[in-house]
Amino acid sequence: MTGLRIHHLLVSAGNREILRIEQAAFATGRIHAVVGPSGAGKSTLLRAINLLERPVTGHLYFWEHELSLAAHSAAQALAIQRQMVLVAQQPVMFQATVFDNVALGLRYRKIDKQTIAAKVTRALERVELASIAKQQATTLSGGEAQRVALARAIVLEPRLLLLDEPTASLDPYNVTIIEQVIRSLNREQGTTVIMVTHNLAQARRLADACLFLHKGQLVEMSDADTFFRSPRSAELQDFLSGRMIC
Amino acid sequence: MLLSPNVVEIILLSLKVTTTAVLAGALAGIPLGALLGLYSFPGKRLIVALVFTCMGLPPVLIGVVIYLMLSRSGPLGSMELLFTPQAMILAQFLLVTPIIIGLTMTAVQAKDRSYRETAKSLGASRPQMIWTIIKEARRGIWSGIAAAYGRAIAEVGAVMLVGGNIEHHTRVMTTAIILETRMGHFTEGLQLGLVLLLVSFAFNSVLMLGMMEQLRAYRR
Repeated sequence: MTGLRIHHLLVSAGNREILRIEQAAFATGRIHAVVGPSGAGKSTLLRAINLLERPVTGHLYFWEHELSLAAHSAAQALAIQRQMVLVAQQPVMFQATVFDNVALGLRYRKIDKQTIAAKVTRALERVELASIAKQQATTLSGGEAQRVALARAIVLEPRLLLLDEPTASLDPYNVTIIEQVIRSLNREQGTTVIMVTHNLAQARRLADACLFLHKGQLVEMSDADTFFRSPRSAELQDFLSGRMIC
Repeated sequence: MLLSPNVVEIILLSLKVTTTAVLAGALAGIPLGALLGLYSFPGKRLIVALVFTCMGLPPVLIGVVIYLMLSRSGPLGSMELLFTPQAMILAQFLLVTPIIIGLTMTAVQAKDRSYRETAKSLGASRPQMIWTIIKEARRGIWSGIAAAYGRAIAEVGAVMLVGGNIEHHTRVMTTAIILETRMGHFTEGLQLGLVLLLVSFAFNSVLMLGMMEQLRAYRR
C-alpha cells in the first residue's frame, strides 16, 4: 500500500535545477535506500519531504494528508512535520543533557513529564546510551551524537523516519547499533524509512526498495533485489560497478 | 560617608531604576532581536542599521528628547513624569533596548541554520522554534544584558536631564558623583565612584553566576 507520494517536485537554486522528480512513491512500512553520486540531490529530496525546502513546484501525499510543497501554511506543515523526523548526517546537539535532547520533540508535543521520562529512557536503552542520560550532549563523540539523534527521532514514534547518511564515518560498532535500531523500528512499529546512503552494502543489508538519483533526476526505483541484480539504466549499472559517473 | 543612610538610599534608587529599565529592555529586546536574527523581510537592513546606530546613541540626546516630550509643553507633559524615577527608567530603557536587540540578534544569527531545522524537524511550532534558539543563544544574550546593565548604571547625562538629581527623589550614584565633584568634595565623589564600581561588579558577578548555574541545570 502506498503511503507517501511525491508529484512534480522541482527544487532549484536560482537558475540551477537541483532536483526534479515527476513521481515517486514510498510504500508504507518499508525501508527505502536513496543512493547516487555526490550532488545528485539525495539530501535535497529528504529536506523537501521534511518541508525544510521550499521547492518551485511539488505535491506531497502523506498518507491521509495532501500538501503543496511550494505553498502551504505553517499549520499545514506542522501537522505533517509532527509525523516524521529527519536525522541529519551531522546532527545538532543542543546545549543540554542527553536526556533533554531526546525529550525535546516530546516537550514540543506537550507530553506529560512521566510519559517523557519513560519514553526517553526506553529510547536511550535502544541505542545503548541510557548510562549517559545526564551527560552534556555537546560533549559526545560523533558516534554517540548520531545515536542520541536517532533516539531523539525514534522516541517520537514517527510514521516516517528520514535518515541522511546515518552511519557516515562511524566505526563498525556504532554502525551495527544504528542499523539494528532502524531494522527493529521498521519491523516492530512498521515505521516507513527513507535513508540516504553512500554505502551500497548497507543499502543491500537494510533496504526493501532502492532509488537511484543522478544529476538531480530520479533515474531508477525498484525493489532492492531487482535494483542490485538487474539494474536497467546504464547510469545505475556504472554506479553499482564502481565506475565514475560524470 | 561610605554607606551612610543617604548613600544607601542613592544606591537602592540606582539599582531600582537600572534593573527595571534593563528588565523591560530585555522583555522587549530579546524577542525583537530573535526575530531580526531569524527572519528576513523587506526593510530588515534598514531596521538593523537603525538598531546598530541606536546602540551608540549619546545618552544626553536621549535625555533631551525625553525631556522635551515630558516637559509641560511636550506631547506627554500631562503625565507629569518629568523629574521622576519613571522618567529615568524610560531614558535608560531607550538606552539599553537597542543594545539588547543588537546583541540578541548577533547571538541568534551565530547559531547555524541547522539548529532551526533540527527544532522544526522535531516538530517545533514557530514560537517553540524561536524559544529554542533563544535558549541556545543564551550566552550571547546574557552578555548583551550585562553590557546593557553596565551602560545604564554608569550613565549620567540622560538621568540628570530627566531626573533632575533631586535629593531623596531622583538622585542616583552617577548624578551624586557629579554633584559632589562640582561642590569640590572630590573624596566623596571618588568614594561614590568606588561604590558604583563595586555595585556594578557585584551585579555583573550575580548575572554571570546565574548564567553559569543556568548552563549547568539547563532544562529545555
